[in-house]
Amino acid sequence: MKLTMTVNGQVQDLDVPANTLLVNLLRDKLGLTGTHVGCDTSQCGACTVHLDGRAVKSCAVLAVQAQGAEVVTIEGIGSTDALHPMQDAFRECHALQCGFCTPGMIMQAIDLVQQGSSLEPESIRQGLEGNLCRCTGYQNIVAAVAKGGAVLRADGSQSAPQTAANTDRVEG
Amino acid sequence: MYAFDYHRPDSLTAARDLFANAEDPMYLSGGMTLIPSMKQRLAAPSDLIDLSAVAELRGIERVQGPAGDSIRVGALSCHNEVAKHALIQQHLPVLAQVAGAIGDNQVRNRGTLGGSVANSDPAADLPAALLALQATVHTQDRQISGDSFFLDLFETALAADDIVVAIDFAIPRRATYQKFRHPASGYAVVGVLVAEHANGIRVGVTGAGPCAFRACALEDALSESFTEAAVDGVDVPDAGFNSDVHASAEYRAHLVKVLSKRAVAKLSA
Repeated sequence: MKLTMTVNGQVQDLDVPANTLLVNLLRDKLGLTGTHVGCDTSQCGACTVHLDGRAVKSCAVLAVQAQGAEVVTIEGIGSTDALHPMQDAFRECHALQCGFCTPGMIMQAIDLVQQGSSLEPESIRQGLEGNLCRCTGYQNIVAAVAKGGAVLRADGSQSAPQTAANTDRVEG
Repeated sequence: MYAFDYHRPDSLTAARDLFANAEDPMYLSGGMTLIPSMKQRLAAPSDLIDLSAVAELRGIERVQGPAGDSIRVGALSCHNEVAKHALIQQHLPVLAQVAGAIGDNQVRNRGTLGGSVANSDPAADLPAALLALQATVHTQDRQISGDSFFLDLFETALAADDIVVAIDFAIPRRATYQKFRHPASGYAVVGVLVAEHANGIRVGVTGAGPCAFRACALEDALSESFTEAAVDGVDVPDAGFNSDVHASAEYRAHLVKVLSKRAVAKLSA
């Protein structure tokens, strides 16, 4: 099937079988291997990307469902020279051991901040329920999300709590 | 995942036409159950009819429904939208509580009200809300009472080609949802929603049986005396309850009473 979507700001015209998962499109077709496949059974969250601004597990979304949508992956939020504040916080707090879960954790964390979630440790832990770290390094991950979230809120760019006005977003 | 033909119609009529002309079609909403099932080849539709572009299935508004003052929620509303919507938070906070307790953030961003109830997973949260909040399910051409919607394991009163358009939830005087959450899946081992309406108490139970049900003996006892002692006096038989590696039927029956008491305590505080 032919489809068009925006990935990390670039318009992509694609042709894939209907049963292609979004994660496979990103990794195999577009070479964006920062999005990981940890379990492939929609448990672990390593494949989390933003679809129209919201965190989703890209192993549980068909590529064709992203027709016309805006997709952002870990490659789209910062660069090695200019890390995203959440990436920077993960580095500062040593919030990764093997690093496999990190891209998904960061994409999830940014969504939680954008949704106006509390940055108290207990709220962050609840917010990260869809992401598993098998190194069990949660302590530093929670600290990093609090730190990165505070930086993003201080920037003012991502501080708006969700209201009725911006919940009209299309989510299938 | 087996191959299938994918369609994204933009109206109810077009969606139903596609369904009528396909060999073994299924509707797709958020896909949070269907897509993992297809990956495991537990489901293999010939045609997948994606409802996400059907505008008639969207919107959240306050209405006079069949059960009085209600909130009407469009079937495509995702769980996070329900959990955070200002109208629901103000008038029907218990529904926001239920939606906010579903799965994890990624699932709540994608999974929908209509998809969840049409699936009738025995451990899903929303079915308890349909029963306790005197819901009415609107399909493309009829209304189904929440009381007669859930029939059995993954079985509802919907016909194969029916589409859930919206659901009305009556606004209760007070209500709370108490859930014993499975720590890994986030599903309800048991969930109990206790609501007090002008016309009586309702107790919706999910997770315990093959599908959600009203605990009528508890409703009667709590209507007489809204106390934890009243719950203690009710016998909840475990006949027909789910029993698996996580919880026996007997334990689930026990949880129904424990969670009912927690609900009463919370509402009485």
